[in-house]
Amino acid sequence: MTPISYFMALSAILFAIGVAGVMIRRNVIVMFLSIELMLNAVNLAFVALGRRMGSMDGQVIVFFVITVAAAEAAVGLALIVAVFRNRETVNADELNLLRW
Amino acid sequence: MPPLVFAFLAALAIIASLGVILQRNPVHCVLSFALALTDIGVLFMGLGAVTVGFLQIVVYVGAIMVLFLFVIWLLNTQADALKPRGNLGIKFAGAIGAAVLAAELFVTFSSYPRMREIRTMPPDFGSIASVARMLFSDYLVAFEVTSLLLLASIVGAIALARTTTGAASPALPVTGGGDAPAGAPGASIASGAPARESA
Repeated sequence: MTPISYFMALSAILFAIGVAGVMIRRNVIVMFLSIELMLNAVNLAFVALGRRMGSMDGQVIVFFVITVAAAEAAVGLALIVAVFRNRETVNADELNLLRW
Repeated sequence: MPPLVFAFLAALAIIASLGVILQRNPVHCVLSFALALTDIGVLFMGLGAVTVGFLQIVVYVGAIMVLFLFVIWLLNTQADALKPRGNLGIKFAGAIGAAVLAAELFVTFSSYPRMREIRTMPPDFGSIASVARMLFSDYLVAFEVTSLLLLASIVGAIALARTTTGAASPALPVTGGGDAPAGAPGASIASGAPARESA
């Protein structure tokens, strides 16, 4: 059997890849995808630790996280569509009205 | 889960995730992310969370990724891919920071002593019935609040993304159109102006 620590290490790597995606990409949609990737890394940690503890609370939390991610995706993509309609871009460097 | 299967799935997940952040075409990023999500769903099933694994594939890959694809195709952002890259210093610093974070998390998680599953699982661990029983007893309030959240997000998404094509804004110039009166309501629509006027 694979130790649970391997799952946690994989979760850490996936989370860091998501962080790197938010940092190095300028396309808003890809940054959004990276945030979803971080959510999934945390989901993997939830399920793995729930398995370790022998409880199913982690799985129920993952269910709620998936729901919140769906709501977030709907609202976030609507925001992206609205911004693109006004500014003709999805590049985060060009959306700088709020920058000091 | 046998170690060989885990090694294969883990390598596939890491490669697909790197594909998400390294490819230039957003459609390829979304497809790569769908692969990573399916892979994580299979990992869930290997951990005994069969219900959550199938939910992951159905909801995430089947619904959310399709929403992403539709938005990308709707926006037609191909022009952005041809622009020069951004600040390389920021990207370099971001990559270094993420690598440091990965090393830190990796050491913290994998050096924790004796994190090895010790208990014997109950036979219905992760089944639909047991997850539903927990969802509708211990987490009932959270479940009901989730429905409110979904309703609010539906209303918010429609309100944010909808266009009011009925009211023509007088600020937009009327291109072509011959003797159509410039200030008349609906003139810009009748003369073939781009239908991008937003509220």
